[in-house]
Amino acid sequence: MTTAAIAVEGLERSFDEVLAVQGIDLEVGEGEIYGFLGPNGAGKTTTVRMLTTLLLPTGGWATVAGHDVIGEARAVRASIGVALQEAALDPLMTGRELIRLQATLQGLPGAEGRRRADALLERVDLAGAADRRVGTYSGGMQRRLDLAAALVHEPRVLFLDEPTTGLDPVSRKTIWEEVQALNDDGTTVFLTTQYLEEADRLADNVGIIDSGKIVAEGTPASLKAEIGHPHIRLQIEEGSIAAAEEVCAAIGPLLPPVDGRTVLVEVENGAADIPRVVRALDEAGIAVGSLELVHPSLDDVFVAKTGYHLEHEEEGAGDSEDPVSA
Amino acid sequence: MSALWTNLRVVRALGLRSIRQTFRRPQLMAPIIIFPTLLLAIQTGGAGGAVDLPGFPPVQSFLQFMLAGAMMQSLMLAGNSGGIALAVDIEMGFTDRLFAAPISRYTIVLGRLAGTAALGLLSALWFLAIGLIFGAEIAGGVPGALLAIALVTVAAMAVGGIGAAIALRTGSASVVQGLFPLVLVVLFVSSAFFPVNLMIEPARTIAEYNPLSFIAEGVREPIIAGVDAGDTAEALLALAGIVALGLVLSARALRHRLRVG
Repeated sequence: MTTAAIAVEGLERSFDEVLAVQGIDLEVGEGEIYGFLGPNGAGKTTTVRMLTTLLLPTGGWATVAGHDVIGEARAVRASIGVALQEAALDPLMTGRELIRLQATLQGLPGAEGRRRADALLERVDLAGAADRRVGTYSGGMQRRLDLAAALVHEPRVLFLDEPTTGLDPVSRKTIWEEVQALNDDGTTVFLTTQYLEEADRLADNVGIIDSGKIVAEGTPASLKAEIGHPHIRLQIEEGSIAAAEEVCAAIGPLLPPVDGRTVLVEVENGAADIPRVVRALDEAGIAVGSLELVHPSLDDVFVAKTGYHLEHEEEGAGDSEDPVSA
Repeated sequence: MSALWTNLRVVRALGLRSIRQTFRRPQLMAPIIIFPTLLLAIQTGGAGGAVDLPGFPPVQSFLQFMLAGAMMQSLMLAGNSGGIALAVDIEMGFTDRLFAAPISRYTIVLGRLAGTAALGLLSALWFLAIGLIFGAEIAGGVPGALLAIALVTVAAMAVGGIGAAIALRTGSASVVQGLFPLVLVVLFVSSAFFPVNLMIEPARTIAEYNPLSFIAEGVREPIIAGVDAGDTAEALLALAGIVALGLVLSARALRHRLRVG
């Protein structure tokens, strides 16, 4: 049996009349990476702010590292590392100054704080830039510094709020590797993201939040298995979309379109259904720009649970894609 | 390590950060040193004849009289700049880093105030040095100079408490910055730049009750006449009132910030 690093029951937060988080329940086991997935405004950051004691809940309860987030807030703060959305760094400080300040905030003795700061700067590959002002760092460097600062006291639970938003693919991959390495060392990670690939690649368990409610929870594999069938993604010329949808609807259920030139049709037999779809469109005189078979992804799970696609859909979001030139 | 020791280390670290921040951001440094120095130069150069007005307190020179005014202006703007810097921290999310640490949240305000106090100390040293260089005498000697320095340092911290409270309540640097003219108005209706007995109504009555007048006189007396227990006590009382107001407002603003996130 795993111990819960984070346990949440009926957690709520309202802002005046708006209920931003509407009574969520979740449990994150010790040593787990929990991916908290949802679009902008879904309630991810509000939830993280409550779990990190930065915001008081208006209902329900939560414990982090075994401590109540309201009654034992300081014990919670001693157990967690936090890297919030939009790296909260002072551009006038140097990287070394920031990590040493963080060590002091966490109560580490001076010499120990300096030793850990140097080690962490080395670990996130910022030793060479440690004495430069943070304002001169690239976005990726700032994220790595923020991550290093969150680790200075070796926290049991690490909260990462959209750690790779706005980063280039190389910087994103570096952060992923670091998060994975931390988790391999036993750190529990609560990761909010709007990137499907990130959740799919890193998370042991995923919670999907929409409009303040958790609409699905489970391992990425179990959630995708729940959805079942693959779908075919067709690029159609403008003006033929309605006709193409009519033809495809006769073959399988249509999924909500991602843009005005795409038709998504669910198929039972995967690749075996491609000729049938192509033939039907050809007979209807509809030209297909491109076609690909997409196996169920977390985006499909998201669509199935919420009825729409995540705002920042990425390339490569699916488990695997088999592109076919038309 | 005891909690008290940890909190003191945090206050020191945040105070040092605050000082570095001021030196690295010229727009924070300018109001504290450059503007009051320019105003001092303009006033002593252009209005030096004021010392001959009937009822003007006996002074060695107008510069000697004006040193307290320059220090008052500097410490008021140091307090305002401290509030702006705290509001910038809130806007860019830096205070979340501090709020998420296992420290007393009051150390965050105290750290900022420690930095503001250090800037007040710097300001006092700067203007006393300028006074001495340009021939002003410190009538109270070394004890008088030390008293003036101590009062300016504590006053900077006290005014900074009000700035911090406004920053915590509003979370907006532009709002705190918008108080800049008000700071000057409050200062001009005090005895910082002109003797109360030579003012006309209603400024005279306002200045008589303005707490800044008591602080200005507490700083000025050791420079122009020597240490006076009565003036010092009145200055300390005024400071205690401002400190208490700053603490109450800051505590309420902190609670509000945690409630609203």
